[in-house]
Amino acid sequence: MSTPTQEKELLKGLAKEDRVVVEQIYRDNYPMIQSLIINNNGSVDDAADIFQESMIVLFEKAKSPEFELNCLIKTYLYSVARRLWLKKLQQMQRFGRATDASMEMVAVEEDLEIHEKKQLEFNVMDAAMAKIGEPCKSLLEAYYIQKKPMQQIAQEFGYTNSDNAKTQKYKCLVRLKKLFFAQYKNTE
Amino acid sequence: MEDTLLMDAVERFANGEMSVEEKIYFEDLRKNNPELDQAVVEYLFFLNEIDNYGKSRQFRHILQETEVKLVEEGVIHKSPLNGKSKLVYMWKRYKKTIAVAASIAGIISLVSMAIMSSLSTRKDNNLSLLVSKINKQGQQIRDINRKTDQIAAKQDQNNSTPEPTRIDARFRATGFMIDANNNYIVTNAHVVKEALHKLIVENSKGFQYVAEAIYVDPATDLAILKVKDETFKKLPPLPYNISKNNPQLGEQVFMLGFPKQEIVYGEGYVSARNGYELDTTYCQLSTSVNEGSSGSPVINKNGELLGIITSMENNAAGVVFAIKSANIYRAIENVKKMKDYDDIRINSQSSLRGVDRIDQIRKIQDYVFMVKGN
Repeated sequence: MSTPTQEKELLKGLAKEDRVVVEQIYRDNYPMIQSLIINNNGSVDDAADIFQESMIVLFEKAKSPEFELNCLIKTYLYSVARRLWLKKLQQMQRFGRATDASMEMVAVEEDLEIHEKKQLEFNVMDAAMAKIGEPCKSLLEAYYIQKKPMQQIAQEFGYTNSDNAKTQKYKCLVRLKKLFFAQYKNTE
Repeated sequence: MEDTLLMDAVERFANGEMSVEEKIYFEDLRKNNPELDQAVVEYLFFLNEIDNYGKSRQFRHILQETEVKLVEEGVIHKSPLNGKSKLVYMWKRYKKTIAVAASIAGIISLVSMAIMSSLSTRKDNNLSLLVSKINKQGQQIRDINRKTDQIAAKQDQNNSTPEPTRIDARFRATGFMIDANNNYIVTNAHVVKEALHKLIVENSKGFQYVAEAIYVDPATDLAILKVKDETFKKLPPLPYNISKNNPQLGEQVFMLGFPKQEIVYGEGYVSARNGYELDTTYCQLSTSVNEGSSGSPVINKNGELLGIITSMENNAAGVVFAIKSANIYRAIENVKKMKDYDDIRINSQSSLRGVDRIDQIRKIQDYVFMVKGN
């Protein structure tokens, strides 16, 4: 069992995308989630997928500014995974009841609604990124995701100076924005 | 152009890079011009969306890597080929129907097998498949080579690529891209069968990417893989096209494959229209191949892909069999019917016509991969 302070540290690390922390949470919680899924009509692969998605939900929660977790990480992950799995079962019309009420549970509906919205936004951006083509995609990824300095990007992409790279980057950004909002407004 | 100017201003505003006067001026502009303010709000929202997207992607990547690591350590169990679980469910649901159908099919197939086996002989004795088994000693040398390769590659890219996932491979063969847009790779079914746990593709720089066998057809010995790794950088459109026609007798061809840890070029010609014992799925080539060549593309001088190296005859030198490329189209038709993979497309234009051989190879080599697994 981890103490409240340890739990807080883990969540802080998670928000900062710390690999060691991610691995720690995996090790501590994966077996529990796996047995939940397998005991409820799922496969080992389902378990891996559900665990990843639950981790994303926890990550989104951990990095939001008004974050607070009123229960153990374990309890939270379990509740989220159970909810996600029930939903998936319904979608696939495999009627299963998640039996196993041995674990404590917390309400996660609201968090999952937020997660679904974020997932949607992620997918829309992903699709837009896939559509803009090269070199725009790599250029924007280098600047906005990998956060490389403009100077370095200019060099890597063979622009004569960082101003040229910047102009190109904005052109790409305008295109991405158009693609993004075209799709985004449809989904709302 | 207006747009980019505004964007620059918004970005500097968001990053706190504006001087005090500029900031006052900017905020003044916003106050007096609601239309501009609306655009600024939209940009700010959009920048935030990109930021979220980037963070989420990076986090997913870390999750994936952690999972791979823990699967290797045996903490997490995963089935070797995805899709298996779906089969299990189908099996559970349709058990009875399948049982009845199977017993009927069983009787029919037994009868037809009896007829078939009296007509044909076993292939295995006279043919050898060209998958290279990697032994441990060789592996060490390769490891060293690979590391040096990687260091070189890294310096090239200025540490920009994230750490690749690595596995200790038990075998090596070849595969090539057929859809660069959605990252589909073709290799032999007998290659995929070697992978008991994990399957990866490796480019000539030594970077490995997790792949999944989404289609395996032992009858034509074709398999289609999809690269699932997020670190995989999408390649430009294919330089070669996949021929629908039968290869011509005497046609000059060349191959690129991985009989060793680096890409190897080979030449030959089409020596017969059909394969071993007149199997029409295959054609016969006269060339030399080695273990590891399974899955190599066979290409003619116009950059048309004619076939896939599969096997060679044991008791005759230089007799090599390749699956005709038309079978790839059949496989793709089947893949298109699969729900998650109906995005597969192949182009029909070769950009290699009239290009000299060295340039053809340079253009093709990035599309040929090692297929490895354990």
